[in-house]
Amino acid sequence: MVDELSFSYEISNLMYATHGEPITNCLQCGTCSGTCPAVEFMDHTPRQIIGMIRADLKDEVLASNTYWTCASCYHCTVRCPAEIDIADMMYALKRYSMWKGSYQENLIGPDFSEAFVKMIVNSGRSFEPLLAAAYLPRFSARDIIQEGLMATGLVFSGKMPLLPKKIKGLKRFQQMVKRIIPIGETS
Amino acid sequence: MKQYAYYPGCSLESLGKSYQVSALEVARSLGVELLEIEDWNCCGATAYFPVDELLAYTLTARNLAKAEKTGLDFVAPCSACYKNAYFTNSYLQKDADLAEHINYALEADNLHVNGTSKVRHLLEVFINDVGLEEIKDKVANPLKGLRIAPYYGCQILRPRKDHENTENPQYFEGLLTTLGAEPIEYASKARCCGGSLIITNRKAALDMVRILLQDAVNNNADVIATTCPMCDVNLEVYQAQVNREFGTHFSIPVMYFTQLMGLALGIPPARLGILKEQVSSASLLAIAQNSNQERTL
Repeated sequence: MVDELSFSYEISNLMYATHGEPITNCLQCGTCSGTCPAVEFMDHTPRQIIGMIRADLKDEVLASNTYWTCASCYHCTVRCPAEIDIADMMYALKRYSMWKGSYQENLIGPDFSEAFVKMIVNSGRSFEPLLAAAYLPRFSARDIIQEGLMATGLVFSGKMPLLPKKIKGLKRFQQMVKRIIPIGETS
Repeated sequence: MKQYAYYPGCSLESLGKSYQVSALEVARSLGVELLEIEDWNCCGATAYFPVDELLAYTLTARNLAKAEKTGLDFVAPCSACYKNAYFTNSYLQKDADLAEHINYALEADNLHVNGTSKVRHLLEVFINDVGLEEIKDKVANPLKGLRIAPYYGCQILRPRKDHENTENPQYFEGLLTTLGAEPIEYASKARCCGGSLIITNRKAALDMVRILLQDAVNNNADVIATTCPMCDVNLEVYQAQVNREFGTHFSIPVMYFTQLMGLALGIPPARLGILKEQVSSASLLAIAQNSNQERTL
């Protein structure tokens, strides 16, 4: 009988392309936490998250906002003395929590990523104003007004196009995407 | 004439428009030909990876495959695009299994990738390929007396451990000195601006921007020079919101390094997208023009 995969093994498997050292090599030195520019907005520091994964605290990790607060600046990765690609591990945790459909309700990150990917699959390009429309409902009325004022200023200065662009070879591009993820009938 | 496969990236067509126009103007005046990659797609920034890793690498590989066909180096002005292309390219080189999966998908678009392109950031092309000496010869309007905060940001430095000094790089400073300006030293030159957290965690990102602005101002910078459209938007467009949130009074101009290069090379500000900022750079133009007058006297 095959033993159930440990949580830390599951997460390692999610880091397919990166060839960093396994998270089991972590020394718990805390260089990542001391380096992280967003650490004070995280429920758990990067060092704690790694410790929690290794202790199999799956539910606690899934309930943490830590990896969704990672800006992917890779400062921890380049400084880690155990050569663990911590920023990529944060991406792996984002993927894991999206696949499990388990993350804090107030987070914008999961919706934003999904909206972004949908937009690329539909057009091949990203387009800031459409993205704005996708995430604005999550903000307060005051934020929306401020955002609107800013966008108006940007349109007037010619920095914001009014219509999104599409790539020319969109059909073949979408066939390419379909070979990786089942996008169904993109709408 | 030096030629490159140029990947502008989506931001340079919208919020980063002044980066695009100034990059092209400066390239032209330095004899660098940026040939735009045909029908490129979005690199995904930081938003693909949370959804699907293989998809993220494949989408970037499509652009790399197109660049490979030209045999030219792949050049990106955006640090996020650069980082994605750099990582993808290096993984393609060392992971045959990953390359096979990616090429299976690319086949649907009649493309194939080997990972043989060199991936470069535009800043690095100007500094290493054109060279500081040649740039110096072409400086018509030295930016004398201008105190510039070179802001590297994160992704331009992070892809590699084996390259230049990632803790305290100096090459951006070298370029600014060549332009006649005075680069300032400040601790947060390679600290992250928050990137897409400005959308997904506004509070955290505004605080990260505040720290950068404060550090530049504390060191008496006249302007912050950026190498990435995301950094530029966070530092400049959101400066007013930082002020509202923290009760600060920042009003420091933020410009792309290409705009500053353009000014020094004597290209008219209007052709560099200058004075289209949310935080006015009029004060800088005065300094740049003053130094010009002194020079002609």
